[in-house]
Amino acid sequence: MDNILVCRNITKQFPGVLALDNVSISIRRGEIHALVGENGAGKSTLMKILTGVYQPDSGEVIFEGQPVRFTNPRQAMDRGISIIHQEFSLLSYLNAYENIFLGREAKKLGVFSDKQAMKEEARRYLAMLGIEIDLEVPIERLSVAERQFIEIAKAVAQDAKILILDEPTATLTVRETERLFNVMKGLKAQGVSMIYISHHLNEIFEMCDRVTCLRDGQVVCTKDVNELCQAELVRHMVGRELTNTFPAMRHKPSSEPVLEVKRLANPGEFDVSFSLRRGEILGIAGLIGSGRTEILRALFGADRAAVHEVYMEGRKLEIKSPEQALQYGIGLIPEDRKAQGLILGHCVRHNISLTHINKLSTKGFISARKERQSVLEKVEALRIKVPDIEHLVMNLSGGNQQKVVLAKWLATDCRVLIFDEPTRGIDVGAKSEIYELMDALAEQGISIIMISSELPEVIGMSDRILVIRKGQISAELPAGATQEQILEYAIGGDVG
Amino acid sequence: MSYPISVPKPMNRISQKIMRRPETVTFLAFVALCLFMSFFSNRFLTVSNLTNVARQISINGVMAVGMTFVILTGGIDLSVGSVMALTGTIMAGAMVNQGWPSFVAVLAGLALGIVLGLINGSLVAYAKLPAIIVTLAMMEAARGLALLYTGGYPLAGLPSSFSTLGRGFLFDIQLIPIPAVVMLITYLAAYILLNHIPFGRYFFAVGDNEEAAHLSGVNTRKVKILAHVISGFTAALAGLIITSRLMSGQPNAGEGFELDAIAAVVLGGTDIAGGRGSILGTLIGSLTMGVLSNGLNLMGVSPYVQRVIKGLIIVGAIFISSRRRNR
Repeated sequence: MDNILVCRNITKQFPGVLALDNVSISIRRGEIHALVGENGAGKSTLMKILTGVYQPDSGEVIFEGQPVRFTNPRQAMDRGISIIHQEFSLLSYLNAYENIFLGREAKKLGVFSDKQAMKEEARRYLAMLGIEIDLEVPIERLSVAERQFIEIAKAVAQDAKILILDEPTATLTVRETERLFNVMKGLKAQGVSMIYISHHLNEIFEMCDRVTCLRDGQVVCTKDVNELCQAELVRHMVGRELTNTFPAMRHKPSSEPVLEVKRLANPGEFDVSFSLRRGEILGIAGLIGSGRTEILRALFGADRAAVHEVYMEGRKLEIKSPEQALQYGIGLIPEDRKAQGLILGHCVRHNISLTHINKLSTKGFISARKERQSVLEKVEALRIKVPDIEHLVMNLSGGNQQKVVLAKWLATDCRVLIFDEPTRGIDVGAKSEIYELMDALAEQGISIIMISSELPEVIGMSDRILVIRKGQISAELPAGATQEQILEYAIGGDVG
Repeated sequence: MSYPISVPKPMNRISQKIMRRPETVTFLAFVALCLFMSFFSNRFLTVSNLTNVARQISINGVMAVGMTFVILTGGIDLSVGSVMALTGTIMAGAMVNQGWPSFVAVLAGLALGIVLGLINGSLVAYAKLPAIIVTLAMMEAARGLALLYTGGYPLAGLPSSFSTLGRGFLFDIQLIPIPAVVMLITYLAAYILLNHIPFGRYFFAVGDNEEAAHLSGVNTRKVKILAHVISGFTAALAGLIITSRLMSGQPNAGEGFELDAIAAVVLGGTDIAGGRGSILGTLIGSLTMGVLSNGLNLMGVSPYVQRVIKGLIIVGAIFISSRRRNR
């Protein structure tokens, strides 16, 4: 079988991260090629290189026998490489055919758009895919699946030879998924190649011919799907060797519960109940989009939940805003430090005292002395490296910024701390410092809920692990759980 | 990140700190402007002229206080000129048509300013409408109400004792006009609120990063509403001063004043995108605007040319402020 696309020794470096390390992969004509790997394995970087969003530092891409170097997505699309994103790029007020021909409208007399011609063409493409969609209604009135089909039709109309599908079934129902698979089979029969990215391994075994597994920016293997079983594939994704950057845990969770989440639910989004013990680190694992962050934001009052039955030591909590959560002693260290955690244009002092400035005042006026003292205490305790506390936080390193966010909550004497991706974008040294801090906090009796996409982190830090899948707790695992186990419950399906 | 090896000399640090303050540039420009004016016009540095400038500045200066709060939180208030006119005519009307005692009429006018600010703030905070649209609508509506209430004519015949506020002098010596005193008290109150009251911090936090402020337990809606309420109040205070000074309720007063207030705030080094700035800067900004137009008048520069110069200065100020932001 001949290859339509060959990538040879692709390397891509970002500041501090080697995203792709000597990656070689080939796609055959008319095959469905699965690409798997954990979050951050390099899948999306590779796809961005194929579609011209990024350019490789070294290595080459050979498309239809010729070396190519796309500098923007338009060029890739013109040559026949199209990507169907998780977030659609359709214009919601335009209808199906207007979207399909956007930027390439059929013209009458060179000026007026020829609606009739476009409609007929569009109908032909949709028929080719075996889909029937009302061409006149605006996109916003169509279902997610129908929008996806229009994206595909748009790619086909542009004579796509390789179609990249990035988590296409993430938002589809079972029946819609079946319809998508039928469309994919039709395209395959017409000789279109597809690169299929999915966390749902059972789909890969159902639909794909070959699978390439990426881990830490490297290709682990490329195999025919019938050469391996799901458990083997998971093992390839996770890898054997676990690097140990975790401190020896000193904290011991007590058996007394601090927080009792009887029910926390939002229809169609999530529905969970769990409890948290004093001095415990509770790990929350799950795929991106599983609802992890949404659940804990709702617990914290950052977003509204339809059902919010949470008890702290037997007392029902009324949490409708972070302001109230703060009063009950619950803090949140959000996943996106810069966008959600910091007042970037202000100094360390302002950032840390923001949560408890009321307590730092006498007779209604801020006491500069008290504020300075409180901030300096936290800066020393957390070993935040700053020349002085008037330093702007935007000039600090990621690790120090994270410590500033942490400091502002510790100063409130909180009892429950929610960490969302506590070490994202932080270098290794600062990481283990954050881990040590978390351990020390738990030892002092603070209870921690930690959301993380990094499985080694979840395993290394947690006393208990909750796995979230589609807004539900799919498993509660003890401290000794393996990555394979967590991934099984996070992905679902019948592994092993 | 490493610790500095040598601690800079204290003198150096203080001067560095001063140079880093956003209002420093404006202050230097202000001093230069004053020197320039006194050099080119021998009437500039006279007691009567400076007293006059102080009185002229006070109306825009008071309004710019509220504007500072709104801009700090990331919004803008286009309604201040109209709110000034409406509250001023209502005060005048309450005295002339209703025969209310002047202090009751004044309180009613100030309360109306607060209510109008509350409406602006609620629409911004709860209905999540952009401040520029909400206050644009308020600008039209309040102006319309002022014209409707007065029939388009000035309301005269105010009790003569009412003129003290707009025309009087402190201790009856022709040196410090009362409006200037009112303005300084307003700035002092705003300075204390922004720098020494816990709630003051929240204005900066919301303007810099609303989501982070929200997640830190700050009631961001309350902050935005309060900013607009303060702006409504200071606009009404300006309405009080102008009504007393003109001794009549003028429904057409204050057209275009919102732009002067915005200019004063921006000139004072407050970031038009919110989050950073200072009330002291706004004071210097409005002093600069006042001295500029007074000086140009003394030099006999045509009012048309003056507007062009004002425009250039506003662009220049925003340019400097954006350069600072991107640094």
